[in-house]
Amino acid sequence: MTTIKNFFASRWGIVSAGVFVGVFAPLLQKWGNPGNMGICVACMERDIAGALGLHRAALVQYIRPEIIAFVLGAFIASLLFREFKPRGGSSPIIRFFLGFFAMVGALVFLGCPWRALLRLAGGDGNAILGLAGLTAGIWVGVLFLKSGYTLGRATKVKSFPGWVFPIVMVALLVLLLVAPQFGRTPEGTPTGPIFFSSKGPGSQHAPIFISLMVGLGVGFLAQRTRLCTMGAIRDVILIKNTHLLSGILGIVVAAFIMNLVLGQFKAGFTGQPIAHTDYLWNFMGMALSGLAFALAGGCPGRQLFLSGGGDGDAAIFATGMIVGAGFSHNFSMASSPTGPEAYGPIAVIIGLIFCIVVGFTMREKMA
Amino acid sequence: MADKIDARGLSCPQPVILTNRKMKEMGKGVFEILVDTDTSRENISRLAQQTGWDVEVKKADADYCLVLRKD
Repeated sequence: MTTIKNFFASRWGIVSAGVFVGVFAPLLQKWGNPGNMGICVACMERDIAGALGLHRAALVQYIRPEIIAFVLGAFIASLLFREFKPRGGSSPIIRFFLGFFAMVGALVFLGCPWRALLRLAGGDGNAILGLAGLTAGIWVGVLFLKSGYTLGRATKVKSFPGWVFPIVMVALLVLLLVAPQFGRTPEGTPTGPIFFSSKGPGSQHAPIFISLMVGLGVGFLAQRTRLCTMGAIRDVILIKNTHLLSGILGIVVAAFIMNLVLGQFKAGFTGQPIAHTDYLWNFMGMALSGLAFALAGGCPGRQLFLSGGGDGDAAIFATGMIVGAGFSHNFSMASSPTGPEAYGPIAVIIGLIFCIVVGFTMREKMA
Repeated sequence: MADKIDARGLSCPQPVILTNRKMKEMGKGVFEILVDTDTSRENISRLAQQTGWDVEVKKADADYCLVLRKD
């Protein structure tokens, strides 16, 4: 067990986790997931919000098994390696809204940091603007961290709170499989409570079993190796350490090769799948997300893996993201392939103000 | 008596920041840092390796006590 632990903590360990994501994300796309969206934590949580009726954007509603499996894979890994530690209580309401605004920013860009990497590996030039914005947001977050920013200590809690999020994921799996319908309108449209898209990205998905297996693998490996896109960029800026960065380079290189092999690579800015070409708001959306991730201590994937390990604060961040997705679509803040919607830019600015206020007010005097 | 930092319950990357700050402040010597997650233990060990500090990991109940040393 110690040898396995040491391997996962090594540079080759994290590279192998990145390569796993980079190989299987394009394959999931081949097997049915939307373009350059083999894996996207933000988009997939958004689809779950839609499937639960938290928004009614008919094209993006599906209970994505990958999200469920990310949490459960991390849950299994943390139990197996005796790292399951139920904890919480570190500024939960702040973390909720950091998650909320992280999602607002991600849906203005149209993707989480992982999807930004996968879009780049698929040839989508707009991802460069997103990754630049992400880096800028994280850089601001690092300035706050250096000046004593903290959300305070989490404390150990009873066992059950650590189990809640994994149990919620099992409940989502049941809802995915059963898909209850309470009735139909006179026109024959299902009235819910579960909504699945019949066209658009929400209708495109790999077979459930395959998505679950890949997701479990990603969750397991990412829990062991601490794979985190935000952490990768942050550590380079903060302590000039490239350990986590080698993981995300693994994602990009492997996904690039896979996309070439599968014929999914298409270089350019226009006509890219589920993407728009507004440079400014691609940058600004991800800048907001990057800052929110840095202040919360992890990218959306990492927050799911931490949730699986019993971290209630990370689970609250993830819940904030799902609620944020509902608001993003209901309040016309989420972009479409034609560009930002009416209230996307103002929502990003409000989110940035929120994050900056958090950054300035949540500081402890340095010794 | 070596200086002791309690970084238990702090989320990533604060234990690393506290360690890094202490290393720069001391230049050399011995100090201890208490952490409560394997992630923090690994991150601080990696930082120590990168900056030329020796690290000794002691288990302290459910936590870890890392002793950092540079001569």
